[in-house]
Amino acid sequence: MIELRGISKVYRQGGRELSALQDVSLRVDPGEVFGVLGQSGAGKSTLIRCVNLLERPTQGRVRVNGKELLSLSPEELRLARQGIGMIFQHFNLFSSQTVAANVAYPLEVAGLPREQIRARVAELLALVGLSDKADTYPARLSGGQKQRVGIARALAPRPRILLSDEATSSLDPETTRSVLALLRDLNRQLGLTILLITHQMEVVKAICDTVAVLEQGRLVEQGKVVELLSRPGTHLHGLCYPPFTTGESAVLRGGQRVELSLSGEHSTRPILSTLARRFDVDAHLLEGSLERVGEARVGRLLFELTGAPDAVSQALAFLREQGVTSEEAAHAW
Amino acid sequence: MPGELTHSLWVATLETLYMTSVATVLVVLAGLPLGVLLVLTDRGGLWERPALHRVLGMLVNVGRSVPFIILMVAIVPLTRLLVGTTIGTTAAIVPLVVAAIPFMGRVVEQGLREVDSGLVEAAIAMGSTHRRVVFRVLLPEALPSLVRGTALVVISLLGYSAMAGAVGGGGLGDLAVKYGYMRFRTDVMLGCLAVLLALVQLVQWLGDGVASRFDHTSPHSRRAHD
Ligand SMILES: Nc1ncnc2c1ncn2[C@@H]1O[C@H](COP(=O)(O)OP(=O)(O)O)[C@@H](O)[C@H]1O
Ligand SMILES: [Mg+2]
Repeated sequence: MIELRGISKVYRQGGRELSALQDVSLRVDPGEVFGVLGQSGAGKSTLIRCVNLLERPTQGRVRVNGKELLSLSPEELRLARQGIGMIFQHFNLFSSQTVAANVAYPLEVAGLPREQIRARVAELLALVGLSDKADTYPARLSGGQKQRVGIARALAPRPRILLSDEATSSLDPETTRSVLALLRDLNRQLGLTILLITHQMEVVKAICDTVAVLEQGRLVEQGKVVELLSRPGTHLHGLCYPPFTTGESAVLRGGQRVELSLSGEHSTRPILSTLARRFDVDAHLLEGSLERVGEARVGRLLFELTGAPDAVSQALAFLREQGVTSEEAAHAW
Repeated sequence: MPGELTHSLWVATLETLYMTSVATVLVVLAGLPLGVLLVLTDRGGLWERPALHRVLGMLVNVGRSVPFIILMVAIVPLTRLLVGTTIGTTAAIVPLVVAAIPFMGRVVEQGLREVDSGLVEAAIAMGSTHRRVVFRVLLPEALPSLVRGTALVVISLLGYSAMAGAVGGGGLGDLAVKYGYMRFRTDVMLGCLAVLLALVQLVQWLGDGVASRFDHTSPHSRRAHD
């Protein structure tokens, strides 16, 4: 659906060159929610703007909806863009136009007759829950409402792809959740393919199927979110789970510390109580979390095992056998 | 003030209104495209033409730096060519227009530059033609500041028209000089000033009113309706 091949982007400012992207390749499959995660300045906006050629890459190929965008004529590119919706961090709504006129804009661009535009606008405003705001000007809406208008406007010409440039970064957590839920619904109901960029891990965990991690203009990792999160040592795992804050000084009982990474089936098994029953050890929870990521649950736990030395080592062996003990924990403690 | 002079004041006011309003229409008609071109042709603009941009910019700067009184004399041949004479209110319109077009161009340029570039980007991302970006995004978004800027231009046209009048163009400037200055008729002088002041106030008030009528950027705007 979207394929970037060897994308590089060099900005020239005065005599200086700034390399914003270096050899970035990625593929977004139809129906997928694909997230690009990176810190501010990593090159995320540059990357997503290369997808609809708001920014022309210095090198590389951009294939969207089966078209090589870089080889299109200006007129062909204009038409291709109508099939790629985009939403923005600061919404970019037209302040001089009402909500309804904003949503109608891309339909006018597409040359739809007036009657059809009216009907489609009503349908879209209903879809995003803003039917009562049709004649309001954007300045009078809350941030979340503005982004809903942005989404309605982006989806008006029925694009199959939605690009999101930090769409939730200026929203509060509550509103962020509801906008993400809306995007998830649109992805499921319309089969909309979404490429989003964000600096928020929460966004990746909430709606992305696949993630790519961007650092200083380079992609350092790409894969399924659940897989990367459940494998200690990946960039995503490192970003999502900073080291436990319960340090060595906080050893309470002189027992064996264990760090567990949980995902997939492990996350639903009663591991701690099994340990206690089978090996006559006690597990003292120190720190941890367990959460839903998409359809799966992932998390990690830090706990201390106490009991007879034999029992403890048998318990550790059992955990390793189960494949849940994180490697670091084995020698860290 | 005797009735005859009151009548003169009335006629002069009409002449000033005539010069200013015809000039305003022409200045807006020429200044709008000039300002749009200045923005479009600039580096990073939608229609980058660096050479054209430089030429336009230079013309505008020259136009703005020449004092009006000198410009008026310098373009006498042009005035004669266009109007057939160099005195009278219609002839005065030519230098007024020539002097105010560069000003209007900058006013329009400034207004368009204040439009959030994100909006242009969104429009381009939706597949807009450049023409649509100009007419459906840039100009409507800049409308309040274009109206305020136009009021400013009209006010300076009022001032220029008084000056043009003083050298044979008719209008309030002419009257003020002929009677108020040369014949020591302080009352006529004051009358002319009062009318000019009232006109300036009126234009400013209209400009502000119309501008805020079109301005929907404030969440609590009195006039926003929904
Ligand atoms: N138009 C531009 N001209 C010059 N440098 C730019 C431009 N846009 C972005 N950059 C630079 O490229 C780098 C990546 O920027 P950006 O893609 O906006 O990062 P992000 O969206 O991840 O914060 C930054 O160092 C930024 O300063
Ligand atoms: Mg950015």
